[in-house]
Amino acid sequence: MLAYILRRLLILLVSLFVAAVVLFVLLRLLPGDPAAALVGVGATPEQIAAAQAQIGSDRPLAVQFVAYLGDLARFDLGQSFVSRAPVLGEIGQRLGVTLPLTFAAFFLAMIIAVPLGILAAVRSDGWAGLTLSVVSQIGIAVPVFWLGILLVYQFSLTLRWLPSGGFPLRGYADPGRAVLSMVLPVLTIAIIMSASLMRYVRAAMLEVLNSDFLRTARALGESRNGALVRHGIRNAAVPVVSVLGIELATTFLGAVVVEQVFSLPGLGSMLLLGIQQRDYPNVQGVLIVSTLLVLLVGFVADIIQRLLDPRLREARR
Amino acid sequence: MTFMALPLPTATRALAAALAASSALALSAAGALAQDHDPDAVINIGSLYEPQNLDNTAGAGQGINEAFNGNVYEGLFVLTDDGDVEPRLAEDYTISEDGLVYTFTLKDGVTFHSGDPLTADDVKSSIERVVAENSASSRKRTLAVIEAIEVLDDRTLTVTLKSPSISLPYNLSYVWIVNDTAGDISASEDGTGPYVLREWRRGSALALVPFEGYWGDAPDNGGVMFQYFTDATAQNNALLTGAVDIITSVQSPDALSQFADNPDFTVSEGASTTKEIMAYNDRIAPFDDPMVRSALARAVDNEKLLNAIWGDYGTLIGSFVPPTDPWYVDLTDVNAYDPESARQMLAEAGYEDGFSFTLDTPDYDPHPIVAQFVQNELANVGVDVKINIITANEWYTKIYKAQDFEATLQEHVNHRDIVFYGNPDFYWGYDNPEVTRLIAESENVASIAEQTEMLTEANRIIAEDAASMWLYLYPQIVVSTSNVTGYPLNGLNSQFFVSDIKKAD
Repeated sequence: MLAYILRRLLILLVSLFVAAVVLFVLLRLLPGDPAAALVGVGATPEQIAAAQAQIGSDRPLAVQFVAYLGDLARFDLGQSFVSRAPVLGEIGQRLGVTLPLTFAAFFLAMIIAVPLGILAAVRSDGWAGLTLSVVSQIGIAVPVFWLGILLVYQFSLTLRWLPSGGFPLRGYADPGRAVLSMVLPVLTIAIIMSASLMRYVRAAMLEVLNSDFLRTARALGESRNGALVRHGIRNAAVPVVSVLGIELATTFLGAVVVEQVFSLPGLGSMLLLGIQQRDYPNVQGVLIVSTLLVLLVGFVADIIQRLLDPRLREARR
Repeated sequence: MTFMALPLPTATRALAAALAASSALALSAAGALAQDHDPDAVINIGSLYEPQNLDNTAGAGQGINEAFNGNVYEGLFVLTDDGDVEPRLAEDYTISEDGLVYTFTLKDGVTFHSGDPLTADDVKSSIERVVAENSASSRKRTLAVIEAIEVLDDRTLTVTLKSPSISLPYNLSYVWIVNDTAGDISASEDGTGPYVLREWRRGSALALVPFEGYWGDAPDNGGVMFQYFTDATAQNNALLTGAVDIITSVQSPDALSQFADNPDFTVSEGASTTKEIMAYNDRIAPFDDPMVRSALARAVDNEKLLNAIWGDYGTLIGSFVPPTDPWYVDLTDVNAYDPESARQMLAEAGYEDGFSFTLDTPDYDPHPIVAQFVQNELANVGVDVKINIITANEWYTKIYKAQDFEATLQEHVNHRDIVFYGNPDFYWGYDNPEVTRLIAESENVASIAEQTEMLTEANRIIAEDAASMWLYLYPQIVVSTSNVTGYPLNGLNSQFFVSDIKKAD
């Protein structure tokens, strides 16, 4: 197991390195000069040259690349071209919004999707299973921003229960308002996510229900529910965990849209603004950190999968 | 701020002037509520323009003018909401006979938020910050006329110019007076204004509280909080739910209906400085002929266009000059809508069978709709318009830089920007030696009256020449809850003075 973790960690680091290289190249391939964007329209060539020197974009690409990798190795993501603030500090502050949003939505989605998905599989022939299938299909078809707007209309504008957007100036130092401002965004993501998650759980469960081992367990005298709990859920969990990893990563990236709908100061709005302003350090920083988080989620999901399924562990021996 | 709204859609902003009627209304409302207001109320202001940093010489964007001009920082002069230039930190000033030396005396008893007293050295270093090599200030070019700044004593300094500049006080209204020991002000401040920055959370909000040691009148409120939105709908929702008291500019007419007929809200409109124009490339045929340009101007019903886009809001203009510029005169009768005479003039100019041209149209609102409207109107007089949709970046490289176009649509946001017609190298290539002379010489005159007279004359000439097609002036719309009064309606140059805002109990 330890060897597996180490090997998996090595893969993670190599992936991160490749991602960093790709990011660097892609950002430099984009049309538009960040220095020109920085000094604005009526700037003279001298002003643009000065701005290039200031942000270092006048140096040869190879030099920039080596400096960039060196900085990354020291976890230094540089300074924003536009705000001049350290990128890592701002990412940290904004992760304080995006991570709670992602995890809260993720756990809520699991709480909704796993029992309902199992129910939909067990009762796949009855009206409950059918209804759940239809509802989840609708949930998948609904765009996340549209659901957000609907929830705002109902719970903010009509019922006036919850704020329609924004985040308190003092952040979590103002816990009541901070939590309230997260309720609708979390609900929005969780509802959409649970729809697709439910379908995975249902499919995995259906496969298990039709499996030979379950039939054998029942032949050995276990009750249907007993067999399901002892053997079925654990078997169905293996594919679901790998899907969960992907789903968590998708949720994290999908938060970009939801943050926009609710004007939340998270990583998504930082990324969008950075792209508009050609603020390379900010864009680069957000993408690197996002990549790292997505890789970490995959890493953890793989390890959990191994722990759940002894066959995967045995196979290497 | 740049001279026009460019690459980013967020850079588009209607700056506006009050219609006499609406400002009178707001004033009387403010008077009636004056006794009832809560002096400690915090005013929540919704805005789409978050500053990128807190330094207006470091590319902070228009949001910093909105939050800080006149609120946290003050200049020697202030551009009031009505478009007048008045002394602020300057007590008095004199101009030498030849117009080259300005001597400024500073107000006594002014202190910075850090407690330091205001001195002439602070003023010198503040002007130097704006013209410095790495400054990204929009005033850098106009202030390049300054040759030397000399401090005579703590309260007196002289500014020597390379050539006379009657607009110096106006241009200095853009220059924040910053404590010379403040250092980097991209994340903190040290100004003299009625408010102190208490906190700024990037992406979310910026809070100002009254400055106890302010030299002038104390604010009518207990502080303000600018709440920043990236999405106009989210901003409107915040006003509807009471999370904010005011939103500083409404960008879409569709959103207004939910406030306009609701007694809980006040919708205030001013005529802005943002002009929607169709600029021809005046260098090339047939647009080098004023007769053709006049004919095209007569062929387009601007009133119908404005009504289609903004309903009852917005203003018609007869030239590039908005009503808040001192050289405004009503020129809407020059080349007014008259398709019959348009056809005649085209025939006279040798285009009885019409002609065709390509209209380079930026891909964001309202330009594509405007392009279609113009296309229909001009088809009526036999002129065939091909619409070519381009991005903001293409606009910048193809039209502004390379000047490779026949005609284009653009919104120009600035106050006092008629000067572009005095520059034959500008993208639209308008070259009338008389206008160039008037605009250049108007800067060297001895009095504002002479400057106004000359620029009014230039204004008339460009209108008669139909130098471009001036379609309409955007409205500047501020919406508030009805218990909030005293906010500026015009928002000239993105300013939003908050000191007089009152909130009733």
